[in-house]
Amino acid sequence: MSEDSGKRQDSQRGISRRNFLGTMGAGTLGVAVSGRAAPAQGAVAVASDGTQPVTLRINGRRVDLRVEPRWTLLDVLRDHLELVGTKLGCARGECGACTVLVDGQAQYACMTLALEAEGHEITTVEGLMHGEELGAVQQAFVEEDAFQCGYCTPGQVVAAEGLLRGNPNPDLAEIQEGMSGNLCRCGAYDHIFKAVRRAAQLKQLGTG
Amino acid sequence: MLPQFDYVRPGSLSEAIEHGATDGAILHAGGIDLLGCLRDGVFTADKLVAIAHLAELRGIDETRDGGLRIGALTTLSEIAAHPLIGERYTVLSQGAGSAASPQLRNQGTIAGNLCQRPRCWYFRGDFHCLRKGGSMCYAVAGANQYHCIFGGDRCYIVHPSDTAPALVALDARVRIVGPSGQRVVPLDSFFVPPGQDIRRETILEPGDLVVEVLLPPPGMGLRSVYRKVRARGVWDFALAGAAAALTISDGRVTGGRLVLSGVAPIPWRAAEAERALAGSRLDAETIRRAAQACVADARPMTHNGYKVDLVRGVVEETLRSLA
Repeated sequence: MSEDSGKRQDSQRGISRRNFLGTMGAGTLGVAVSGRAAPAQGAVAVASDGTQPVTLRINGRRVDLRVEPRWTLLDVLRDHLELVGTKLGCARGECGACTVLVDGQAQYACMTLALEAEGHEITTVEGLMHGEELGAVQQAFVEEDAFQCGYCTPGQVVAAEGLLRGNPNPDLAEIQEGMSGNLCRCGAYDHIFKAVRRAAQLKQLGTG
Repeated sequence: MLPQFDYVRPGSLSEAIEHGATDGAILHAGGIDLLGCLRDGVFTADKLVAIAHLAELRGIDETRDGGLRIGALTTLSEIAAHPLIGERYTVLSQGAGSAASPQLRNQGTIAGNLCQRPRCWYFRGDFHCLRKGGSMCYAVAGANQYHCIFGGDRCYIVHPSDTAPALVALDARVRIVGPSGQRVVPLDSFFVPPGQDIRRETILEPGDLVVEVLLPPPGMGLRSVYRKVRARGVWDFALAGAAAALTISDGRVTGGRLVLSGVAPIPWRAAEAERALAGSRLDAETIRRAAQACVADARPMTHNGYKVDLVRGVVEETLRSLA
């Protein structure tokens, strides 16, 4: 709760960690009670320099790994699971390049701790493929030429997927609002908005 | 990569309070404001206390008195999409729906939105300002175009929330639990202006957490609206905004509140304007007088004088939409 705690010496941090461990009690230390992709429940405690086993559900698959408390979902996807479709942009919840679906809703993976992703269904851009076939939103982005450099595109595609799952037939204003959490420095917005419309059609036609 | 911190996911609310009260602990719900501050080094945390899994902090329920209880972990998206809130408490629905971006609204919680730290770029940046324990406010002689025109006192932040002014306008209360028990506080008394304590924005003490927001039953003839002006059409903080929740009977304003956003360190009650409105018809003359009353005690800084006109305009538009 205090902002001035950053000025602590390392030795003081050590004391703080002991206090932290003390309040947990030995019985719960380091024990994750959360089951496989069940909503995270039960006591978990991880020291800052420790790791915790987690079970994540990503693109319909179960993934077991150990994570540090400070690792974000984005860190885990890119650096540990080789799901590099999800991009690192601003790392501060502003640009949208790291957008993933959490239980079907668009969120920023850079602002989500990996530990907090446990118990939720995560979908990345890779998860929108149908085998080797493009998903509807991906296909629509190709058809409408909805990118230039392409760096923001995976995030745009996932954000569009999230928008269309909640609103299958958005009008232009709803598309503009729904896609507002994703920046495109090339300025391909008009094509992106057309692509979202096209994706809605493709989904309704059942071709994606 | 974020700086290191311990992480604890307590098994219960009482354990969360116990952990939250330990030195260097900070609560983690949606995590958006917190992770941003940690990444930018605005402050540090020895330990994050995760509370997102605590079921008793969730849900939107009608209360026995005809009001509404909104659990602390309710996301801004859930509030914006809730039919009853849209119908009875429109100002809150609009406030929640106009905050941040879709992704952040899907993750950000109502309590987190109320408790977020200021967005002043000196506070967020590498400046040891008054609010961080330093000796000066860099905005006074600096780039202060987004700073406050009301309520500044050595520190000139604006409160960044769009839901807070809406909830103050609706006379909402928050239930707080902490090491010393629980209390219910009007949101009007929840925020701390810099003149009272420059190092904090809320009355929360270590270990305290907001468990729910309580809305009173909507009075007969309650009409409410939130209007927000930003530099961009979407995904931006308010340059100025107005949350109005007025009861109107036979064309006359019989009560209610007008609260400004983006122009003061706390959601700013426009008390003079409320007096100008009371008992009056919402005609052009009343609206002009109320808007003028809003800015009577404005004290613009070197680069934010435009906010005086902006407040007048946004208040006029807001009131006209209720007339």
